[in-house]
Amino acid sequence: MSMIRESDRSRIATLAADPQDRGGPGTPLLSVRGLIKHFGRTAGLLSRGRNVVRAVDGIDFDVAKGETLGIVGESGCGKSTTARLIMQIIVPDAGDILFDGEEVGSHALSLGEFRQQTQMVFQDSYSSLNPRLTVEGTIAFGPRVHGLSRRTAIARAHDLLHRVGLEPSRFAGCYPHEISGGQRQRVNIARGLALEPRLLILDEAVSALDKSVEAQVLNLLLDLKEEFGLTFIFISHDLNVVRFMSDRVMVMYLGKVAEVGPAESILALPRHPYTQALLASMPSMDPNNRTQEAPVSGDPPNPINPPSGCRFHPRCKMVAALCAHSEPAPHDVGAGHLAACHLANPESGHPRLAAA
Amino acid sequence: MSAPMVDVQGLTVDFAVGAKSIRAAAGVDIEVEKGETLALLGESGSGKSVTLRALVRLHPKSARIGGAIKIDGRDVLKMTAAELSRYRGGVVSMVFQDPGLAFDPVYRVGDQIAEAVVRHNGASFRDGRTRALELFERVRIPSPERRLDNYPHEMSGGMRQRAMIALALACRPKVLLADEPTTALDATVQIQVLLLLRELQRELGLAVIFVTHDIGVAVEVADRIAVMYGGRIVELGPCAKVIRAPAHPYTRGLLMSRAGHGATKGGRLVAIPGSPPDLANLPPGCAFAPRCSQVIDSCRKAMPTAVAIEAAHIACCLRAQPAAVFSGRAQALNVSSVDTSKNERGFDENSKAWA
Repeated sequence: MSMIRESDRSRIATLAADPQDRGGPGTPLLSVRGLIKHFGRTAGLLSRGRNVVRAVDGIDFDVAKGETLGIVGESGCGKSTTARLIMQIIVPDAGDILFDGEEVGSHALSLGEFRQQTQMVFQDSYSSLNPRLTVEGTIAFGPRVHGLSRRTAIARAHDLLHRVGLEPSRFAGCYPHEISGGQRQRVNIARGLALEPRLLILDEAVSALDKSVEAQVLNLLLDLKEEFGLTFIFISHDLNVVRFMSDRVMVMYLGKVAEVGPAESILALPRHPYTQALLASMPSMDPNNRTQEAPVSGDPPNPINPPSGCRFHPRCKMVAALCAHSEPAPHDVGAGHLAACHLANPESGHPRLAAA
Repeated sequence: MSAPMVDVQGLTVDFAVGAKSIRAAAGVDIEVEKGETLALLGESGSGKSVTLRALVRLHPKSARIGGAIKIDGRDVLKMTAAELSRYRGGVVSMVFQDPGLAFDPVYRVGDQIAEAVVRHNGASFRDGRTRALELFERVRIPSPERRLDNYPHEMSGGMRQRAMIALALACRPKVLLADEPTTALDATVQIQVLLLLRELQRELGLAVIFVTHDIGVAVEVADRIAVMYGGRIVELGPCAKVIRAPAHPYTRGLLMSRAGHGATKGGRLVAIPGSPPDLANLPPGCAFAPRCSQVIDSCRKAMPTAVAIEAAHIACCLRAQPAAVFSGRAQALNVSSVDTSKNERGFDENSKAWA
């Protein structure tokens, strides 16, 4: 890749100045390989190894330094499980997670050090805050655990409150129930930033907010990303929001990556029939041009005993006999755009390829 | 023309919270004709669900409902308990956001539908089951005979919502109330349920009131859109007019703040500042005044009354003016209307392509 865009150049310049940077600008900040998590397998006597929820079933992806990776998908596709696996809130069954070239949990990068550099914001702004801690107490909690003095931690909390648009003199002493949903989510974001992380995982962080407040928080996230030189993993079911936030997009379906690549290319020219269906399912916003036909029928299947072959094949309009038994591997269709569909691979032998 | 199917005038709903009283709906007027879909659009606390529930009197006894509600020519507020139970499900029925909570978890779904038919039509249980099967086929549940014997938890979210719609239609109501029926569903399922509701509405000639917080969903189903804020309808008009030429600053703000419509990647969203109003502490004038970019002094003094922008398109804003004058005024206020005009242009291109 010899072409360096202007935005990349400035990103690399800021990275060079970052003392935490170990691997250099070329190393992805996060590298995930063969990540697998099956639930319900270790139940013991009663389980006969059949009712396994294949929540995340072998996924690979990279997040470059300074970019935003958007993850989209429907319920049960494994997007939230992926976030929790990265954070090691739940332990993966298999797979490697490399943070800036170092394996998470190894000698080079202990779990404590990793979690200091990776933070997460959850969907439910209320249940993710301790109701008995004040706003400043919540934000200062992490830094205190990691060894800062009370005074410094509180000073940092006030500074962060200011940056997320909450006046410290008014909000520092409030309890979570005293403030609105949008304000609570700002507190969660401030808490996420309190340890000066490099990677922030936002799991449906704006989904529960009212539309008029959602826009404010999205703007705030963009400002903070620039100010602190952050990398985002932005998980959402709302394609419009993901389109607005992301540099690259990963589409998941039943524990697998259906398609991943640059946001413009995925959203303008999706190659996987599932991504196409997902895009076509967005309400039209044009009263004269309403959706006339549902792009796919049925619900997403249960990740217990998922379909064989391509997991989307029972709902796919382009399905062929091949899809039911052969699982498509991610195929590069250009510029780092990977699609796990036989139609994307000219050598797959999908009958529709010959027809075209 | 006869009276509209749904005729609500000056509806108020007050809830007692401790010693205080909260006015969740503050003078709502709604008229819906037979065969028409009205979308109530608003954020949490705007009064949209409260209004909807008042139409079937689902509020707790402590709630005080004022104004007049006439549905199919009958006064809902004067009904006795027996009349009310014939009316609910028989004339008006409702589809809720979470069908998992609306069904009884310990009875088979088919039996629950049959029970409603037996109760309302005096039919035998066997006839009730036949009607349930017919309905399951109508809402396109795959292998309907088998699905009738399912318990709610055995169905997927989309299928449960289809079953909920089947239950709502069981006794051939004239009015269907839908309270965020697709909010809990996945994107690919949401569009299926919206199309189903649209189709059923057309075929059965239902009057539908559809509550949603998502403008896109409202555009897919509604003939008219009523935008609610702080317990009142602030703008009401035909779907296309409200979307293409919004007259209330709040509606304009909602349209502009949508990611993917107001701004593209790399830009910033035009957000409405502040947060939705606290119903216990509403300002004396327009509830939107504290967040409005075009606020003037008189906005804070008295609640603005409805201004007719065009036929059947009204907005409760002191600065809204009838359409003939509107374009000239928009030029005079060009700073604040730049973004709106950009939005309108975007939609004009769409409509040209359509024409």
